[in-house]
Amino acid sequence: MKKIIELFSEKDTEKFAEKLALQLENGDVIALYGELGAGKTFFTQKLCSFLKVTENVSSPSYVLMNEYSGIMPIIHLDLYRLNSEDEVLELGLYDVIESGLTIIEWPKLAEKLLTKDVIRIYINYKNKHREAIIKTEKEILL
Amino acid sequence: MIKILAFETSCDDTSVAVIDSNYCVHSNLISSQVAHEDFGGVVPELASRLHLKNIVHLTEMALKKANCEFNDINAVAVSINPGLIGSLLVGVSFAKSLAYSLQKPLIAVNHMLGHIYANKIENPYLEPPYLALIVSGGHTEIVDFRAIDDFTIIGRTRDDAAGEAFDKTAKLLNLGYPGGPVIDKIAKNGDSKFHRFPRALNQKDEYDFSFSGLKTSVKNYVQSKNEEFLKQHLADIVASVQMAIVDSLVTKTINYAKKSGAKNIIVAGGVSANSLLRKKMEEASFGIGCNVFVPPLKYCMDNAAMIGAAAIEKYERKEFANLQLNAFSTKGTRFI
Repeated sequence: MKKIIELFSEKDTEKFAEKLALQLENGDVIALYGELGAGKTFFTQKLCSFLKVTENVSSPSYVLMNEYSGIMPIIHLDLYRLNSEDEVLELGLYDVIESGLTIIEWPKLAEKLLTKDVIRIYINYKNKHREAIIKTEKEILL
Repeated sequence: MIKILAFETSCDDTSVAVIDSNYCVHSNLISSQVAHEDFGGVVPELASRLHLKNIVHLTEMALKKANCEFNDINAVAVSINPGLIGSLLVGVSFAKSLAYSLQKPLIAVNHMLGHIYANKIENPYLEPPYLALIVSGGHTEIVDFRAIDDFTIIGRTRDDAAGEAFDKTAKLLNLGYPGGPVIDKIAKNGDSKFHRFPRALNQKDEYDFSFSGLKTSVKNYVQSKNEEFLKQHLADIVASVQMAIVDSLVTKTINYAKKSGAKNIIVAGGVSANSLLRKKMEEASFGIGCNVFVPPLKYCMDNAAMIGAAAIEKYERKEFANLQLNAFSTKGTRFI
């Protein structure tokens, strides 16, 4: 499926995150695309709050990976700082993707690891608003 | 006098140090700073994460530089959280094996505590309580530190760390990586009042930080201006962004110091190298009768000497870890 959702406010992003959160299950992988400042971490924060994460969800750009526990274990990855696919492998991504929910910001270097079931979300910055394009083979109602 | 062999592998760098109970650092090696030839060949780009390959050799080098043998060591210390779990595990497994085979006590150290104790190396006689601001690429925390087993995180970032705000600003302005040093340099020729970028969460009793909105604001600002303007006013823009970051860091720290009556403030972590942060923190502290301590830069970045420094007090308190010790990635400070 492919769907475009217009986001005019933080509330819109929250609603989108809530709808998606309700349909996520163990083993799901979300690849989050978007420029600096597009709102990837904000979206992740909202998504995690609907998954009952109580910890502080912050940017993993420097630490590369954060872990949270909500209604399922959540791995929050950020490949922004990495330069090559080899580095992604060094990180042991293969091992972490297996269980729980995996959210990957700046996923370009991990493309080869992503299966067709991955939920790709592109957050694009428009003039006065943002749009989220969702592409996945998974059955999701938005 | 006791000697501690300390390991720090929480993120990119492998670091091994030997430090004694007088806080004298005998060696403090960091993988990214050891000459490549010393590794007997070329270190690939991703050596940063190859703690496994680095740690044995680096340990030998650290002992040699400290004029030590394994038998001269009284305890083994290691950072166990927070950090990248795979990286932490290398250090923890290695330290555990070493402690077991040498039959020496093992000491577990929280990475953030290490940043606070880095100050002991320069100022061994400064006793708590103090307020610590820990700022780096991955950390932005204000810690009210009363003792090694009695401290509170007063504020932390809700999204991006301060160092990340510098890095991402540099990226938006095509200034390269890492952003901190280059921004510090360019900003010296700029007008920090040129544009007022937002200070998030700026209520007086709010000690958490948020730098994500600043990043978006810089992005919008850059997009709204033409190339010529950006080129002409680069220093002014950079100085204005730097001021927004530093202002948040200083204001919140000082507000809490006023409230708690703290007399000493420690600024630690890589961002403490920022000259505006040092200047503003010193000025503001002077105004409320506080002293500011900033450890030398080599002890501010991730390094094993600071882990050893925190371990000394744990050694004296006989706070030893057993061999079931495990690493965990949980963020923030946690008493162990």
